[in-house]
Amino acid sequence: MTALQEKLVFDKSDCIADRVTHYCPGCQHGVAHRLAGELLDEMGLSQKTLLVTSIGCSVFLYNYLNLDSVEAPHGRAPAVATGVKRSCPDKFVLSYQGDGDLASIGMAEIMHCANRGEKVSIIFVNNTVYGMTGGQMAPTTLEGQKTTTSPAGRNPLKEGMPIKMSEIIATLGGTAYCARVALNNIKNIRQAKKALKKAFEVQVNGLGFGFVEILSTCPTNWRMTPVQANERIENEMIPYFPLGVYKDITAGEEV
Amino acid sequence: MPNSERIFIKGNEAIARGAIAAGLKCYFGYPITPQNDIPEFMSAALPAIGGEFVQAESEVAASNMLIGAAATGTRCMTSSSSPGISLKQEAISYLAGSQLPAVVVNMTRGGPGLGDIGPSQGDYFQSVKGGGHGDYRMLVIAPSTCQEAYDTAIKAFDLAYKYRNPVMILGDAILGQMKEPVTTWTPDHIDDHNSDNWCLTGADGRDSHILRSLFLGEGELAAHNIMLEKKYKSMEAEIDQEMFECEDAELIVVAYGSIGRIVKSTIRNLRKKGYKVGLFRPITLYPFPSEAMKKLALAGKKFLTIEHNLGQMVEDVRLSIRTITDSDFFGFYPGNLPTPDDFEDPILKSMGGK
Repeated sequence: MTALQEKLVFDKSDCIADRVTHYCPGCQHGVAHRLAGELLDEMGLSQKTLLVTSIGCSVFLYNYLNLDSVEAPHGRAPAVATGVKRSCPDKFVLSYQGDGDLASIGMAEIMHCANRGEKVSIIFVNNTVYGMTGGQMAPTTLEGQKTTTSPAGRNPLKEGMPIKMSEIIATLGGTAYCARVALNNIKNIRQAKKALKKAFEVQVNGLGFGFVEILSTCPTNWRMTPVQANERIENEMIPYFPLGVYKDITAGEEV
Repeated sequence: MPNSERIFIKGNEAIARGAIAAGLKCYFGYPITPQNDIPEFMSAALPAIGGEFVQAESEVAASNMLIGAAATGTRCMTSSSSPGISLKQEAISYLAGSQLPAVVVNMTRGGPGLGDIGPSQGDYFQSVKGGGHGDYRMLVIAPSTCQEAYDTAIKAFDLAYKYRNPVMILGDAILGQMKEPVTTWTPDHIDDHNSDNWCLTGADGRDSHILRSLFLGEGELAAHNIMLEKKYKSMEAEIDQEMFECEDAELIVVAYGSIGRIVKSTIRNLRKKGYKVGLFRPITLYPFPSEAMKKLALAGKKFLTIEHNLGQMVEDVRLSIRTITDSDFFGFYPGNLPTPDDFEDPILKSMGGK
C-alpha cells in the first residue's frame, strides 16, 4: 500500500491569525477580513500596516489580523485614521467600519476624511442592520425591512430612504477610488478582492482616499439561513445598491 | 527657533510655542473663541518644521485624530474652549482607557451652554472629575502667567508620556488673551519613556501592538481598572502648588489659574494694610494638593476659596481639610472680569474684620 502523499494547495495568509472568530454562521465579515489580509500579504504591506478598528461586530478585527491596531470610538475611525496617517505618512493605514458606524454616527468623519483626500483605505461593510447591538435599524436598512426598531418595516415617510454611501463618497474631491462590491457568490468575491486591491493601490501611490463598500450578510439579524441571506443580497440589496466602480481617478473616468 | 529669547506674547501663543519646544509634531483643532490663537499659530509653525496641522471638521474629529497620532507615539495636541471640550470628552475617555499620551488645552469661557467668550472657571468639575465616561483621571495643570503657560506646555508632554495618559492644561480667557514677556527655552532632552514598547509602528517581526479599551473577558476589565487606579495614585508625585505669604497668615485664600494670580495682587494690597492673609494656589488640580493644604489646616489657618464660578474647586478644598476645619467660599460670577479690588471685601469678611 502506498503512503498517502498530501500536498498543501491552499492555506491562510500569514497576516491572518490562527484563531476562531466570534462571528455568527453565514456572516461574511470573515470573508472580508480574509480578502483584506490576503491582499496585505500579497502586496507586501502587512508589516507596515496600521489598522484602525471601529465599533460593532468588527471591533475584534485586531484579534483576527496580526497587525498593529488602535481602537476608535463609535463612528470616529476615519478621524483616528487621519491622525495615524498624518503622524506616519509612510505607513499603510487601513480602517474597517460597519454601516451604523460609518453611515450614521460617523457620517461627518467619513465625509470629511474622503473630502480631505486622506491617503487611507476604508472598508465599509454594509449589511443593512446594526449587528452587534441586536438588529436595530441602520441608515442603510432597506425600505420595508423589518428590524427591532422598525418592527413594521422601514417607512421612508418617517425614516427616510436607505443611504447610498458609495454614490456620496464618489462625489467628494479627495476620493481617488470608490467601489461597491458584494460577497454573495464566488464571482463577486473575486471582484471584491480586485476592488480592495485598487483601493489599497491608490493609497500606496499617494493618490488619495480609497473606499470599498461591501454588501454583506447578517443571517442572524435578518432571521434567515446563510443561503437565504445570500439570495437576499442578490434579489434585494444589489437592485437598490448597484455594484460597480463609482470613481477611479486612475482610470480617468467615472461611472 | 532659537534656544532662548525674550518675547512679548499672549498666553495662547505661549502654550503653542511651549508645545513645539517640547517636540510637538501634530496638532488637530477646530476654531472656538478664546483659544483661536493656538490653531492659528500652529497652522503656520508646524508645517514649517515638518509637522502636521489639521483643522478638523469638528472638535469631535480633532480629538479622535489625536487618538490616531498618539497611538503612533507621535507628540500631539489639541486645544479648545469649554463647549468644544465637552465635545472632546468621548475621545479623552478613550485616550485614558487605551493609555495614550496626548495634551489637551482648555482655555475656558463662560457657561453653561454657549455662555459667553469671557473668562470663567466653570470647567473645573469637567476637567478634574472626568467629563467623559468611566473611571479615569487626567493630570490637570493650571498655569497663571504666560511664562508658566509656556513652561507648563513643555512639562505636560513629559508627563503625558511618563504616565501614558492625557494631560490637560487648564487656562481661561484671561490667560489666553493677555500678553506678557516670556523667556522661551527648549528642553535638552525629550524622553518618550520607551514608547516604542507600545506604539504602532507596523508589526514587523514582533507581536502586534493593540491599543484598546475594550475588555470583555471575565476579570479583564477589572484588572485593567486596577492597573489604571494604581497609575492615577502614582501621579501624586507630580503634585504642585504655589504658597504665597502663608507662613504667618491667619486666612489662606485658595484660588487657581488667572484668579489665583489676581488674588495674589489682592493679598499684596491687604498685606500693606497689615492683614495677615496668604495665597494657596493649586498648580496641579488633579492630583489635588490635599496634603499641603491639610498641613496648613493643622496649623490653625482659616480658609476661603475664591473661584470664577459658582463653587467647584471648593469641594476639593473641603475634602482636603474636612477632618480639621472648613472653607468659606466666594464665587465671582462668570460674565464679568474681576480686579484685585473685587476680592478685598470677601477676604476681609472671611477674616471677620468686616
